[in-house]
Amino acid sequence: MFLLLFLLIPIVAALLLLFIKSNASSNSVSIGAGILTLIGSIYLLMVNAGDYDTSWLPVLNSRFSLHLDGLSKLLILLTSITFPAIFISTKNNEIANRNIFLSLMMFTQAGLIGVFLASDALLFYFFWELALIPVYFLCSIWGGEKRVAVTFKFFIYTFLGSLFMLIGIIYLYANTADHSFAIDSLKHANISGGQSATVFALFFIAFAIKMPIFPFHTWQPDAYEQSPTAVTMVLSAVMVKMGLYGVIRWLMPLFPAAFLAHSNIVVTLSVIGILYASFIAIRQDDVKRLIAYSSIAHIGLMNAALFAHYQIGVQGALVQLFSHGINVLSLWIIADIIEQQTGTRSMKALGGLAKKQPTLAILLVAFSFANIALPLTNAFVGEFLMFNGLFQFNPWMAALAGVSVVLAAIYTLNMVQKVAYGEISEATNQMQLPNKNAQMVLIVLLVIVFFTGIYPQPLFDLTADTLTQLFVK
Amino acid sequence: MKLIIGFIVLWPLIGFLFNGLGRHIWSKKVIAYKATGYIVASFIFSILAFLNVQSSGAVTVHYFDFINTTSFKIPFDLRVDALSSLFLLVITGVGSLIHLYSTAYMQEEASHHYARYFAYLNLFVFSMLLLVLGDNYVIMFIGWEGVGLCSYLLIGYWFTNATYNYAAKKAFIMNRIGDLGFLLAIFWLIVKLGSVSYGTVLTAESLAKLSTTDITAITLLLFVGAMGKSAQIPLYTWLPDAMAGPTPVSALIHAATMVTAGIYMITRSNILFSASEFTQHVIAIIGISTALLSATIAIKQNDIKKVLAYSTVSQLGYMFLGLGVGAYSGAVFHVITHAFFKALLFLGAGSVIHAMHHEQDIRKMGGLKSKLPITHITFLIGCIAIAGVPPFSGFFSKDEILAAAFAKSPIYWALGVLGAAMTAFYMFRLYATTFLGQFRGTDEQEHHLHESPFAMTLPLILLAVASAIAGAIGIPELMGGHHWLSHQLIPIVGEPHEASLSHSTEWALMGISVAIAVIALLIAVNKYKRQADGEPLTALGKFLYNKWYVDELYNNAIVQPLNKFAGFLKEVIEKNIIDGAVNGTGKVVQYSARKIRLIQSGQVGYYILFMVLSIIVLFLFWFNDLSILTFFFKLTNKL
Repeated sequence: MFLLLFLLIPIVAALLLLFIKSNASSNSVSIGAGILTLIGSIYLLMVNAGDYDTSWLPVLNSRFSLHLDGLSKLLILLTSITFPAIFISTKNNEIANRNIFLSLMMFTQAGLIGVFLASDALLFYFFWELALIPVYFLCSIWGGEKRVAVTFKFFIYTFLGSLFMLIGIIYLYANTADHSFAIDSLKHANISGGQSATVFALFFIAFAIKMPIFPFHTWQPDAYEQSPTAVTMVLSAVMVKMGLYGVIRWLMPLFPAAFLAHSNIVVTLSVIGILYASFIAIRQDDVKRLIAYSSIAHIGLMNAALFAHYQIGVQGALVQLFSHGINVLSLWIIADIIEQQTGTRSMKALGGLAKKQPTLAILLVAFSFANIALPLTNAFVGEFLMFNGLFQFNPWMAALAGVSVVLAAIYTLNMVQKVAYGEISEATNQMQLPNKNAQMVLIVLLVIVFFTGIYPQPLFDLTADTLTQLFVK
Repeated sequence: MKLIIGFIVLWPLIGFLFNGLGRHIWSKKVIAYKATGYIVASFIFSILAFLNVQSSGAVTVHYFDFINTTSFKIPFDLRVDALSSLFLLVITGVGSLIHLYSTAYMQEEASHHYARYFAYLNLFVFSMLLLVLGDNYVIMFIGWEGVGLCSYLLIGYWFTNATYNYAAKKAFIMNRIGDLGFLLAIFWLIVKLGSVSYGTVLTAESLAKLSTTDITAITLLLFVGAMGKSAQIPLYTWLPDAMAGPTPVSALIHAATMVTAGIYMITRSNILFSASEFTQHVIAIIGISTALLSATIAIKQNDIKKVLAYSTVSQLGYMFLGLGVGAYSGAVFHVITHAFFKALLFLGAGSVIHAMHHEQDIRKMGGLKSKLPITHITFLIGCIAIAGVPPFSGFFSKDEILAAAFAKSPIYWALGVLGAAMTAFYMFRLYATTFLGQFRGTDEQEHHLHESPFAMTLPLILLAVASAIAGAIGIPELMGGHHWLSHQLIPIVGEPHEASLSHSTEWALMGISVAIAVIALLIAVNKYKRQADGEPLTALGKFLYNKWYVDELYNNAIVQPLNKFAGFLKEVIEKNIIDGAVNGTGKVVQYSARKIRLIQSGQVGYYILFMVLSIIVLFLFWFNDLSILTFFFKLTNKL
């Protein structure tokens, strides 16, 4: 029951927001609801909330069943950290029809939480789309100059992926003994190996586009660049994790044989993608595009570690889902402050932040080093374990992917140098007072970075049950 | 003991937080006292730990589990033993002196930058201590990258200067290349042995589990890591550029401590390295090549810090030669003596630069002997020590390495002596140009020339004493000594090798190398005591002056091609091919939609026909069975 109530918080807030006109009160409602979900998600960490299950679409025998395990808890926590962080740090940005904007954001949050809870495939699909549709409107209404074309592409691309998944879900469903969408029934669907491979491919495409991994990624940099930064934060901190979550929750258990059969090709593809995106990141001048490509590289590594399918690497990916979210969210918050205050994202025009706003520059440097997985930051733990898994799978793959460790240092330190160091540029000189709200959020996030980097054990303990389910038959 | 060891590491961390967070609060005086005080505290605790090792042997303490998953575990353990306790003393001892020196040297900085400087410096000591105290390779790696971070922050300390930022970035990236090697070695160990703890890995049992290929690969990968951190060919070019940082930083990080991390790592893993003859050869060859290459470059440099930087690279090369020929305790010995005399030389250079108002070109100096008496005499001691003149410390450590090299191959020895001659030459070229002859700077500079304050000269004096006498810890039995150091290191590297050389050979070798060094230094003094080196005129001179054009080579052969490749990926592959394919699909769909629209005649019969046809096609080609049909039947039944 608690799960349902929890899921209702953002939905109620979203509906409420539609009727609030004033900016101040819509801010309060969204931040309040965001913090409420955060408290709820922390509560979920501590208690053992039972599953929630009720009849939903009896015609199809689909049930509204929510299930919570360690991985769900972790990603719900990430979601619940992300949203209030966004609301607080962007609360003074100029946004037309703020209440509608925030309402759509809250719908997205509801969709995301639903995705991480659903244990019925149709319900999963429902939430999957529920998370996507508000984002479509957010981008196409509040986005940048090229928003219409870019959002259209983004929507068609990901929607197409989802449709493949839907076909796969229905096909599996049709072959279950009890005609049910429940994950346990789907697992035992009566299909041949060849069919299993086909359905696997249908699911995989949906997840691959969502993550995205090479070569399905081209919607992403454009979408990240053109979306309002608040939406970009959601997209890259949480939404792309839906794809990886899908792999762990659905792909691995449903198609164990097909999964292993395809690991070679998927890992290869991911490793190519890691290097490819890292190289392209080196040549970016736009801060947002740089972070976008960096993110593609990091997601590629997580995907490679999952498909390499060694326990140690999968453990690393589970932890990294959370850590990457925190780090990339922080980088976006910083990028947003810079863009809001200087009016540009071009690194050529920036420079001298360390002189103009030292605190922000320090935060930028700190999160940049987290982004390149310096030891004692959170990302090191995940990357170390993931590379380990990859190394066991194939040492050459690990070595190749490892080159990205060097490339990441190149593009990230390039960005730090161009944005933070040097003399104050004309654009940087326009910066006014520091955005205290955002800095406060960033400091909290930085504490998380170091805490989970120095003592990651809680993250391992949290995800132990998920890992056991995946590896102990 | 757990607390003492813990606090050796924690004091500098507390100092970092204190000055880092309070940089706008504290006065310079508080900052200086606290920053130096925490390192001194760490030094005192290190002495306690050292004495404890002397009396009751090595200690390993467990704090918590860094990573503990079902499949694998990395404990956060620290270990004080014969090797790490020596490094502790050097790091915190020299570190304390350099902190003290910095309090005066950095006095011109605004107070929050002053605090930032000391925060970084404290953080460096913290990382360095973690590196040597860690009881497994992962903790070592944490410190390893941590010192890289601090090095980056300190090289780019004056962050408005673009050149300095480039140097900082270059240092970090080149180190990262090495770090990747280190990481892969760690993964290899984990796959083969399931552990990274020294207690498990560095044992005969583990060695037996590893094939020759494993050992060679692991040691080579570890050595790649060492190449980056300890600036060996081909990853050495960052170190001379790192001189962009404040001079005390060069002394502490880029001479005395961080760059010796590679030697520490290999000595720590000596059981692995001794098991791979191939790797040992590689190390020896790269070591001696680096020693010679950078010595030739140092001969033609005119920046006081650049000469010292190349000299550091060269001396590190000697240490690797020692490691390569199995003289682990000799390499550690040279680490220790080098830490003293090179820190001394850098701090002396800092004192000169301070007096000359940030002038670093030795051609504009000269005659500083009388103006800076303490700096002069201490610098001279440093030069004698590094040149290998007995009984100063450098003589003993260098001689030990050379003797071991001779035992392995006389060629190593001959090349080593050649390098030693060049060392003596360029060091005394530096000394004579700077301190002897007439002053060649501006009148204004001459007017302001002054000896540095006590906080700077005291470290010089103490380090000069250490450079003079530190050889005492390793006087060979040949000279009636006891060689305390090699006995000290027995638990780590085993019994010292039985000297395969006869005493007369050893005396002869020693005599030759000392004689050559003395001749070289006299030539240098004679040549440069009156006039500075002019612009290089010969082709060879230009070649050396331009550092063998290695930076240019790297830039043209590696950096630019990769950059172009990245540009090609971005502009051609990404834009046209991959995204082009995606957009192309979209266009094809739109186009066909326009055409297919024509089929939409409005006659229901056609629609039904197409529907049926497509369903049949779908089933035949895709699913190849009829199960989905039953799904639709059931669906319609239920509806």
